[in-house]
Amino acid sequence: MIENRPWLTFASHATLLLGIGLVALPVWMALVASTHPASAFGVGHIPLWFGDAGAETWGTVLFEEAGNGVDTPVWFMMLNSLIMALGITFGKIVISLLSAYAIVFFRFPCRNLCFWIIFMTLMLPVEVRIVPTYEVVANLDLLNSYTGLTLPLIASATATFLFRQCFLSIPGELVEAARIDGAGPWRFFFDILLPLSRTNIAALFVILFIYGWNQYLWPLLITTDDAYYTLVMSIKRMLSVTDGDIAWNQIMATTLLAMLPPVAVVIGMQKLFVKGLVDSEK
Amino acid sequence: MTVTFPQKGLPWLLLLPQLLVTAIFFLWPAEQALEQAFYQEDAFGLSREFIGLENFIDLFTDPLYYQSMLTTLVFSFSVAIVGMSLALFLAVMADRVIRGKLAYQTLLIWPYAVAPVLAGVLWWILFDPSMGPIALWLKSAGVDWNHYLDGNQAMILVVIASTWKQISYNFLFFLAGLQAVPRSLIEAAAIDGASPFKRFWTIVFPLLSPTTFFLLVVNLVYAFFETFGVIDATTKGGPGQSTTTLVYKVFDDGFVGLDLGGSAAQSVVLMAIVGLMTVIQFRFIERKVQYS
Repeated sequence: MIENRPWLTFASHATLLLGIGLVALPVWMALVASTHPASAFGVGHIPLWFGDAGAETWGTVLFEEAGNGVDTPVWFMMLNSLIMALGITFGKIVISLLSAYAIVFFRFPCRNLCFWIIFMTLMLPVEVRIVPTYEVVANLDLLNSYTGLTLPLIASATATFLFRQCFLSIPGELVEAARIDGAGPWRFFFDILLPLSRTNIAALFVILFIYGWNQYLWPLLITTDDAYYTLVMSIKRMLSVTDGDIAWNQIMATTLLAMLPPVAVVIGMQKLFVKGLVDSEK
Repeated sequence: MTVTFPQKGLPWLLLLPQLLVTAIFFLWPAEQALEQAFYQEDAFGLSREFIGLENFIDLFTDPLYYQSMLTTLVFSFSVAIVGMSLALFLAVMADRVIRGKLAYQTLLIWPYAVAPVLAGVLWWILFDPSMGPIALWLKSAGVDWNHYLDGNQAMILVVIASTWKQISYNFLFFLAGLQAVPRSLIEAAAIDGASPFKRFWTIVFPLLSPTTFFLLVVNLVYAFFETFGVIDATTKGGPGQSTTTLVYKVFDDGFVGLDLGGSAAQSVVLMAIVGLMTVIQFRFIERKVQYS
């Protein structure tokens, strides 16, 4: 505190509260909307206070069917989303750990070339090369499968860079000591490297989980079978019902359920989340 | 120089999974896009013929493509500037307060975790012309809000939804930047009688310029590539072409319009743009090292 200006402090708190209110506004409205019966939306405006159909809507959406043309219940799509998100997260972390380990702790021909090939994936987000990637996955017969949902998304330059950075900061004496004590590369990897990069892995896990859960275009294109619908992309299918027939209460409840897991992760693991965000932009 | 292990074969084994995935799902499709950009394919994918640069010539003589470029620029800079200004304002306030800083941070950063398409749906319902509370309120204030018909209003809607999601990110980085400004500088200025307002503009804001520039690049990349869901959920690129960004156009021409050659040519152009942006980002990172 540099000087005491009570009115300015008050104004700061007021602005922050206003900001929080504005940020929360759409979610509040969605919550209110999900507690009204579908018929309440035809009369010209969204009700502004909670109704009494909340339990029924949420129950139907979660356990029976999401509605609006999607017959699968939300819990089932949540499971698919979870499988995809965890598959992408673990896949990215494992292959990035291994390749960063190879690049930092070994010398071999074409080491730089490999590094640049991995680096190039940074330049090619999936949205940019969407048509040819779809064709490749179709050729490999991976449409409508968990492999097709996860595998094309698990190459990650960012994670490789992050681990490379982290490994480079490990003192060479540690490697020397381990070698003198007779530890081979695998032993070194599991007993020294992994424990040392524990927090980095955890921070990256948070960021990648959000990334995986929120995938939209990719699952939308490659799944046509209900059994593989993920929650985030199913919103699109729910919205493609003709305008007058949309049951907004169910859409709002599904939307809230779809954002709940990643938001809970951010709030519950705030420290790791912030660390992951800052690290992965270095 | 790090001490290394002597094995020769092992590093290849370690790199194998990453290289395989990269080759199959990145390099192969990129090569396909490059190849397809020089062919014309009929809509059923039965035959194709080599047409050289014609897809690119078509692309660069198409007024719709230039319009889409302009739309992308307007959209990206709006998202970056609106989002960064609001976030900086909130971060300055949060940096001032002593009580409840962490609580404020928590309550401001969660939209980062919301998928773009969900952000689009949430704002759409608020602005829906026939039942959205904000649209109805605007109507009573004399603004005829209908983003299904008015291209500018559709643009405003996608900018709001995209910005909402990105404020959290900007806020975190600005707050970290503000906390790194040396207290002694601000104290010295305060002793000399500079008001909080003047201190901000003459000391704090210039010191934040590396953060600001970094965030500008990140925000532009975000608006370019990660807002597909927002646009697809709210406006589908319309009305007309008023919210068709370059990335949305690649998808729209390829999967809806089935113009595979044209879409591939667009992919190639976009890859070049991403490459350029990556280089800029990396050059900037070198500069950031000098600052600190």
